[in-house]
Amino acid sequence: MEDVSKQKALKIDYTLPIKSWMEPTVEFRKGTYGYPGASKHVNYLGLPFPREWQPTDKDWKLPENWKEIILRGMKDRLGRYRSFRLFLDICVRCGACADKCHFFIGSGDPKNMPVLRAELLRSIYRRYFTLSGKVFGKLAGARELTEEVLKEWFYYFYQCTECRRCSVFCPYGIDTCEITMMARELLNLIGLNINWIVEPASKSYRTGNHLGIPPHAFKSTVDFAIDEIKEITGIQVEVPINRKGAEILFITPSADYFASPHWYTFLGYLLLFHEIGLDYTWSTYASEGGNFGLFHSADLAKRLNAKIYSEAKRLGVKWILGGECGHMWRVIHQYMDTFNGPADFLEEPISPVTGTHFDHVKSTKMVHICEFTADLIKNNKLKLDPNRNDKWKVTYHDSCNISRGMGLLEEPRYILRNVCTEFYEMPENTIKERTFCCGSGAGLGSDENMEIRLRGGFPRANAVKYVKEQYGVNLLTCICAIDRATLPPLLEYWVPGVEVAGVHELVGNALVLKGEKERTTNLRGEPLTPSEN
Amino acid sequence: MGLWYAISGILLLIFFVVIGIEGIGLYSLFAIFIPYAAILLFVVGFIYRVLKWASSPVPFHIPTVSGQQKSLPWIKADNINSPYTTGGVVKRLALEILLFRSLLKNEKVEIDAPHRLLFRTSVLLWLGAMAFHWSLLVILLRHLRFFLEPVPSVVVILQRVDSIFQNLLPILYISDLIIVIALAYLFLRRVIYPQVKYISLPSDYFVLLTIAGIALSGVLMRLIFKVDLVQVKEWVMAMLSFRPMPPKGVSLLFYIHLFFVSLLIAYFPLSKLMHMPGIFLSPTKNMRNTSRNDRHINPWNHPVKVHTYEEYEEEFRNPMKEVGLPVEKE
Amino acid sequence: MYDKSKIIPALVIFLGLATYPIWHNTVSGKARYVPKPELPTDKAKKECVEPKTFIRVNHKTLLEDWKFSVVRNGIRTYQASNKKAYTISLNRTCMNCHTDKTKFCDQCHTYMGVTNKCWDCHIYPKQLSPGPLAMRGP
Repeated sequence: MEDVSKQKALKIDYTLPIKSWMEPTVEFRKGTYGYPGASKHVNYLGLPFPREWQPTDKDWKLPENWKEIILRGMKDRLGRYRSFRLFLDICVRCGACADKCHFFIGSGDPKNMPVLRAELLRSIYRRYFTLSGKVFGKLAGARELTEEVLKEWFYYFYQCTECRRCSVFCPYGIDTCEITMMARELLNLIGLNINWIVEPASKSYRTGNHLGIPPHAFKSTVDFAIDEIKEITGIQVEVPINRKGAEILFITPSADYFASPHWYTFLGYLLLFHEIGLDYTWSTYASEGGNFGLFHSADLAKRLNAKIYSEAKRLGVKWILGGECGHMWRVIHQYMDTFNGPADFLEEPISPVTGTHFDHVKSTKMVHICEFTADLIKNNKLKLDPNRNDKWKVTYHDSCNISRGMGLLEEPRYILRNVCTEFYEMPENTIKERTFCCGSGAGLGSDENMEIRLRGGFPRANAVKYVKEQYGVNLLTCICAIDRATLPPLLEYWVPGVEVAGVHELVGNALVLKGEKERTTNLRGEPLTPSEN
Repeated sequence: MGLWYAISGILLLIFFVVIGIEGIGLYSLFAIFIPYAAILLFVVGFIYRVLKWASSPVPFHIPTVSGQQKSLPWIKADNINSPYTTGGVVKRLALEILLFRSLLKNEKVEIDAPHRLLFRTSVLLWLGAMAFHWSLLVILLRHLRFFLEPVPSVVVILQRVDSIFQNLLPILYISDLIIVIALAYLFLRRVIYPQVKYISLPSDYFVLLTIAGIALSGVLMRLIFKVDLVQVKEWVMAMLSFRPMPPKGVSLLFYIHLFFVSLLIAYFPLSKLMHMPGIFLSPTKNMRNTSRNDRHINPWNHPVKVHTYEEYEEEFRNPMKEVGLPVEKE
Repeated sequence: MYDKSKIIPALVIFLGLATYPIWHNTVSGKARYVPKPELPTDKAKKECVEPKTFIRVNHKTLLEDWKFSVVRNGIRTYQASNKKAYTISLNRTCMNCHTDKTKFCDQCHTYMGVTNKCWDCHIYPKQLSPGPLAMRGP
């Protein structure tokens, strides 16, 4: 194994180029960029300038007045977002953020330092919107907006996972994520987007979920899960779908019921809800917690997000429970109420099992499943057998959006300590608010982008490697669907032998159900105890 | 490259003062007109820039969260890193503004071949920044003796504290010594560390060199080329009560000092120095992490086109019925 | 979400701080105050040990030089640039002409917020009735 990975090992070179960053240079090498959005999907969403093009083309078929569109779009956003103008104005280039970005650490490309990523845009802002830039030009760090600059934007702003790690270290709290978001909105004004964002968004718009699963297929996948649970536990669970009058609407990312290893987390949810007799429902119309619109523009995020409240209203539920997902929670925690609230048709969430008032979500009225489950465990409402997870030596990866967006740090850890026997933290520089991104968030999780993903995920993988070597960790848990999708190939490359699971998969394993048969396998169908070999 | 632009710019400006004062004797220009203009530009520009920020709303509630949220009562919430009360926000901002707390978290990442990451705490930047800003503040406050009559006792006490280790004349203030060292560090790191050098703009060097020019000319006036301070204060007081006159009993060095101060404050609103008011307005630092509890209003929350349930059911009604999923319209 | 209710007062405070000297001096009524150290009227006392411009700027270092000259080297005579010799003594030389500390020294010292250490050891003549104690220091 060692040899193979060594042979393939990506070279990380921190040597800086001689050329100043102000001269735009970008090379679209295979593996380092995402393919542009397919016209079909761009059209379906009614987004501007659908066309067939490739970043490697010399001619990007830009609209004739592209420069005007960009500058107008910039002016508009400067007027709508204080953060945008402020963050462009106050950076002092102290460099504290430089080596905080996983893409910089993994690639050595100086334009992946958050400060320079922002400067790519800041230099244009200075040239067209500030006095010093207009007067002093290059001396004040101002640049002309050219097609080359635009190409550079496309490359580097789709090489930021909006993880906000840099903002934790910035003395002014400059949030590169917000700058990247603005840059992507600008690029999208002239049709420069990537398919890995536009396609899921368009599918989610149409079918209710990123994967494009229509309602009848959703039903059959649920039926399949019911069968599988019956096989493992002997219990017949009921899974209500689109049921009016339920107390709770449950929303989770679609990957949970379609992809692996997400699937086992999905089974975990179903077992948990069955065991506590939750009065809840799934929805097919709002069958997606995630929101790839967020990686495109605030407007598209709002368009996709609207389904959650509108479905809650249609079904007449009292409050909403949300599954394990990263950027889904970023939207719910920081945007949903502002976008599509007020949710005055809902009630303030109260756990039907423990009677706990979730009085930190009084306005949004949506509870995170880890908050919900931690409360159940704390109140002794679950019978748990942590030994059923003895196969695993567990560590926990804080998802960026969950930790730096919400501050949900202790709830999943509390759950994990109750459902498994061996839990080890990764080094403190790499967890909680300092957690490292999987390297594939914010719409960068496509296969064509693999080299950048492996580079970006390197710091995370390195921390996993540390606990693997130190404690024999063999399972990386996380509460993000993108993590569950993208960490397995990452770990396979950098730390073979460590698997990935959702927290509620382990809950599902440990949960002792009333009337279940003796379990011989975990939810993955593997023997419960580690095999001796 | 940027460095040489900045250095030649500074030299050119010094040359400008030398010619202006020694050559042509434009005392009124340098002692009256330029300082007045600079103060006006500073105050007006400063307020303009802040109002410009204020004129853009904060559309979404996006604090930078760096600690445990307030959720379940038995989980200890971190009211400083993830503030949930206004008091928490004030504490967080105060720690940031007074102690540069985020810089204190700084760590350096190194790669130990092959592919092993090392994290080292790195407090040098924090130390340099603290030393610089605090000594700058002390120096500014000390200069109040030129501006205020009577001189408040706090200023007198501050002077005494600042010179506490010194018995000999002329007094070299601790803050003067520290600011010169801090400036040297802040400048050298932009020249020596390749990464910092790569991101530095001519304007970054320029600001540092301007402040260094002010500090050095000030220290030189204190130690070697002394000026008649009483006459300087008389000039300041006259300027403040709008009966301007050029100062007597001062040297070229004083004019260089004064010109660089004027330059700095006039340049202030045009530059990154606006980080001073900016930190107070930074939306990621000045909001509570109570996003799900307090509804944040976006003033431009415009309507967007959505895909309604009706449209959705219209497309999928038949297959939904086939698998027994409830529908609104039979 | 414009926070006008916080930003506008903050700007008013900024403006207040930036223009504080003007208010301070107006309130104290000393905007036009100029210190006037009282000079001796006696003709014989018109000439200082060094020229006025030099003294205005350098008296503190001169006094310190005097101190070292007496304390370390035992030299009690100062050869001035005007070729005259003066006894090195704060009280007997300086204060002989400038008899009133408050009307002379303190004028500028207070104006500039300077606290000097001269009188930590020396006792200036006017403070006491004439007597030997006044000569405690050289």
